Amino acid sequence: MAKTLFLGDEAVAQAALDAGLSGVYAYPGTPSTEITEFIQNSKQGKAGQVHSIWAGNEKTAMESAIGMSYAGKRAMVCMKHVGLNVAADPFMNSAITGANGGLVVVVADDPSMHSSQDEQDSRYYAKFALIPSFEPSNQQEAYDITYAAFDYSEKYNTPVLIRLTTRLSHSRSGVERKAERPQNELHLLENKKQFILLPAIARVNYRNLLGKQDAFENESLNSPYNKYIDGADKKMGVIASGIAYNYLMENFDGKCPYPVLKISQYPLPKKLIEKMIDECETVLVAEEGYPFIEEQVRGLLNRTGKIIGRLSGELPRDGELNPNLVAKALGMPDTYGAPIPELVVPRPPALCVGCPHIDSYNAINAAMEKYGAGKVFADIGCYTLGALPPYNAIYTTVDMGASITMAKGAADAGMRPVLAVIGDSTFTHSGMTSLLDCIYENTPVTVMILDNSTTGMTGGQDSHALGVLGEICKGLGVKEEHIHRITPLKQHHEENVALIQKELEYEGVSVIIPTRECIQTLSRRMKKQQAAKKN
Amino acid sequence: MKIDIILAGVGGQGILSIATIVGYAAVKRGMYMKQAEVHGMSQRGGDVQSHFRLSDEEIASDLIPMGKADMIISVEPMESLRYLPWLNNETGWLITNDQPFVNIPNYPDFDKLSAELGKLKNKVVINADQIAKDLGSARSANMVILGAASPYLGIPFEEIEDAVRENFARKGEDIVNTNIACLRAGREFAEKR
Repeated sequence: MAKTLFLGDEAVAQAALDAGLSGVYAYPGTPSTEITEFIQNSKQGKAGQVHSIWAGNEKTAMESAIGMSYAGKRAMVCMKHVGLNVAADPFMNSAITGANGGLVVVVADDPSMHSSQDEQDSRYYAKFALIPSFEPSNQQEAYDITYAAFDYSEKYNTPVLIRLTTRLSHSRSGVERKAERPQNELHLLENKKQFILLPAIARVNYRNLLGKQDAFENESLNSPYNKYIDGADKKMGVIASGIAYNYLMENFDGKCPYPVLKISQYPLPKKLIEKMIDECETVLVAEEGYPFIEEQVRGLLNRTGKIIGRLSGELPRDGELNPNLVAKALGMPDTYGAPIPELVVPRPPALCVGCPHIDSYNAINAAMEKYGAGKVFADIGCYTLGALPPYNAIYTTVDMGASITMAKGAADAGMRPVLAVIGDSTFTHSGMTSLLDCIYENTPVTVMILDNSTTGMTGGQDSHALGVLGEICKGLGVKEEHIHRITPLKQHHEENVALIQKELEYEGVSVIIPTRECIQTLSRRMKKQQAAKKN
Repeated sequence: MKIDIILAGVGGQGILSIATIVGYAAVKRGMYMKQAEVHGMSQRGGDVQSHFRLSDEEIASDLIPMGKADMIISVEPMESLRYLPWLNNETGWLITNDQPFVNIPNYPDFDKLSAELGKLKNKVVINADQIAKDLGSARSANMVILGAASPYLGIPFEEIEDAVRENFARKGEDIVNTNIACLRAGREFAEKR
């Protein structure tokens, strides 16, 4: 079969469709977004009526996927690494319920934090939940592993996790597809109580899960994705997982003189690791992310003293790997072109020309000037760029929804006034319960929900908040006279500043919703309209 | 044959369409390809780069090792210099637009920037914006750049032309022709140097 060019993300999506997927559930997040977008745009997905509408957040996505699996169909849930924190509750407990229809959790980690607030490693979550996980090293493996992951999940009635990293998610290469399979029919498990996690049932389920661990390890031992490749020179051995394997092989034109253990499936196959420790003098562990394998192999006491990697300093403790870093760890000569000329300066990302957030921040800065620094709490999205010059407008960004509840905490501590800045999509993701906390106590906070009518930073996905923000706030209990929609435009600057200041003085909850469409989605919509007119 | 290219520019300048076109031509020839892109935050007007690798044999890494790139293709002059650590000092070529994209307050002095580009051994520095504008499509500067890089790609020019046609086909005959004209103008400029 001819190869098709796919991003790593797209390879996962295509494999899931080919494996008989009935639904994907996700909230957009770099670098995972393209998985769901691919399915949304796929003819095959539409023909099969595969569910692919965005979820409100990762937790609701995970729960819907568990529900689809419960009903006997194959479900996939996709998110970025920090999204798994949001989904952690249903994720952990899905290991206890087990799966009926194949249940595959795809998590894209972002080492080096290209577009994230931390570089946590999702392999720990899989281990924590005691479920199998996979770490493809290239686009073809991303396809093959995803396809097979549904079978694995159904064979052992367990959810499985696939861990991607940025450089695989967003790198394109040729992929050969497998045969399309039909979707599952609706069917329930014979044991109708398996998904009721009452303590008495959960204890039984948990013991079942523990009982599967040896089988999981055996699968890893015999996995086509874990390979022991012998090498003549036993001075060194290399354990390389995921895309770190590619960086290793790049340095040897495909033939490494040392024994290599390539890992793409967990739990770790102990026998293969033992073989390497026994026959090699030193063992380098090269892995993208945290020293997950290295920590386990070396153990707390590091008795063998022969394991090197991120913990021993041969590789950096943080950040992405690359071929040069792996070469250095192998003691090979480093390569380098010419240094960057001094006149080259950083070019940080910035709000687009014409972005509504610019006007919102200009108004916020003018309104806050007399109150001094440190009183604006922000959130995750394009508007986080308000932290950078020329705005320097915000002081916190922690996690989705934290702006409102952090402002609450500061207000509880006695800070006056406090202002929370959150986007429309982030608000429906995780801000509504935060607002409810404020309403319950009538906390003096002013919340600005910047409504650009889209999920901007990830490329303009539909927002659950579209057109309903005022109603939501009213329904949660914000007093109507303290809910305002304003238009973030230069011509309204003075009145907007005055309104913000007025609400900042109010000893209770107010919500101001600056409303103007994202300039990117607007221009895309205009282009589409023009094209439609021409035809 | 093996060729490693760093594509550079500013988010929104369309460096990825260069990769799409060359990738199409290369895959049609049966070559292997890997192309690592940047999505997400830096697409908002920040510096963006793509590691683009083509080979007759299977490619291991998605990232090009430092000092080993055969070419930097850039749609912005300062951005072209940011990736010099990746370029092969001896044999590498730098092909760049000479028209700055200024969206930061401390953008370097244009003359100093030109002088820095002038120091390089193998380079094509071209006013792609002007050429594209003269040919009636300011937005096709990236095709001028691709044309200027084409003599060094090791892929027959007709095949790159075909790929451009394929890429713009659904936008109509006029757009295909302007883009081909831009591609050819870039090629001519590089050959005349």
